[in-house]
Formats: sequence, structure tokens, C-alpha cells
Amino acid sequence: MIRYLIPHPLLSLTLVLVWLGLVNTVTVGNLVLAVLFGLVLPIFTKAYWPDRPKLGNPFKAIEYVLVVLWDIVVANVEVAMIILFKPEREIRSQWVPVPLDLTSAEAITVLAGTITMTPGTVSATLSADGRSILVHCLHTDDPAALRDGIKSRYERRLMEIFQ
Amino acid sequence: MGFVTELLIAVFLVISGVFGLVGSYGLIKLKDSVQRLHGPTKATTLGVGGVLIASMIYFFAQNGQLSVHELLITLFLFLTAPITANFIAKTYVARHLRPRDLPDSTSEYGWSVYDDPPETIRDE
Repeated sequence: MIRYLIPHPLLSLTLVLVWLGLVNTVTVGNLVLAVLFGLVLPIFTKAYWPDRPKLGNPFKAIEYVLVVLWDIVVANVEVAMIILFKPEREIRSQWVPVPLDLTSAEAITVLAGTITMTPGTVSATLSADGRSILVHCLHTDDPAALRDGIKSRYERRLMEIFQ
Repeated sequence: MGFVTELLIAVFLVISGVFGLVGSYGLIKLKDSVQRLHGPTKATTLGVGGVLIASMIYFFAQNGQLSVHELLITLFLFLTAPITANFIAKTYVARHLRPRDLPDSTSEYGWSVYDDPPETIRDE
């Protein structure tokens, strides 16, 4: 019964926090409205998100966010240098396939989002069975190192978070 | 507002302006759609991030309380920007490339743009 009424407790919690953040003041009225949204919206969207993902280690998620933010800053500078100072014919863009060990749909979504948000790489598509992801790299001489970097830096941490 | 606070705000604004500009310049300089896709992903990260941090510092110094709207904007950007980029990349692959232009998918099935998914979903 509880499972039917609250299909995604974490989504409900997120919605409550996002609503309180949007109005930017915590009053009883706002809290009631926030809880109402948190309870009702997951029930309406349940059909599109049937399984409940397992979060193994939420604290690892904080570490993951910090690692990604740092990488975004570093990669921003690298890509800016490429755009500003590299002659066009020397930019070697490549498609790099990265085999996946992750199986959960939520984890793969987070990984694809991370790859896109770190400048220099954009995730394009998955293989039909979801076992590998196609990454476009703006400039690299060593696709194998890029692939290993994604696997060891992001995928390993996501495995710990989601399993 | 003290001098240091103003300096900090100015630094973050300049950083975001520079990265926004470089990202837009990338749109002109790079030669095909997927390469150009790398420009805006940069503008939305450090470019917008810098403005948001500057805004948080400004309103904290002005009102003495933390504004969470900036964090929400970051959250929404991180949810929406990858999806747009992914759709553009996928469309580019479908319209301009053939399977042999891409590397092998390293699994039994090809890339999902060309290949249908397996008949039965694997049991986890």
C-alpha cells in the first residue's frame, strides 16, 4: 500500500526540496503545498518509471558530484585552449565506443549526462542492447586513455553508488 | 559591500563572460555539427556557473541570507542540457553518418540508431 502511494520516496523528497527552494521561504503553507506535490506527482508519473532504483551508498554520490564539478572546470580550460589556439586542421575529433559494465538505466543516464556536461566529450547513442555507449571527443590522440578514464573515474564510482 | 566581495563578484562575472564568449566563438570556428556541440556544453557549465556563483555572493552580501534559486538553476541545467545535446548528436548520426563511419559497438548489437533492440529484455 505504502509502495503504491509513494512509488519513489527519493523523488518525493526532491520535489519537496525543489518547491521550497523555488518559493525561497519556508512557511507552513508552502510546506503543505510542497508535500502535496511530492505525494501526487510521483503517482501520476509512476507509469513512466516502473522500477525503483537502489541507492547503495548515498555518501559516494556527494564525492561523485565534487569529482565531476572539478573535472568540468579542468576540461573547460582545456577545451577553451583547443578552440582558441589549435588550427582547425589539427583538431582530431573521434568517435570512441565505451563498453559499459553498468546495467541500471538510471546509472547509465547519469553517466551519459556526465560525459556530455564535461566539455570535450558528448555522449551520442547507446548500442541496441545498452552494453556500450558512443562518445564523441572533440580532440584526442589517445582514445584508449579517454575510454579508460571514463570507466575508472565515473563508471566505477557510479557502480558503487547504484549497486 | 566590501571591496573584497565586489572583487570576487567581478572575477566570477569575468570568468563566465570569457567562457561564454569562447564557447560562442567555437560555434563559428569548428566545422561540423557534432564538433560545434562542444561549444554550448561549455557555455552552460562554466559560463552560466560563474554568473550563478557571482549572483549567490551578491545576494548573500546584500541580504545576509543564502539564495537557493541559483542552485536550482544549476540542477535544471544539468538535467536538461545533456538531453538536448544527446538529441542533436543522435539526429546527426541518423542523418549524416552510415554504420561504417562509426567504430564497432564492441557488443553483439550495433548502435541503437541503426539496430533494433533485442527481442526480449535481458533478465537482470
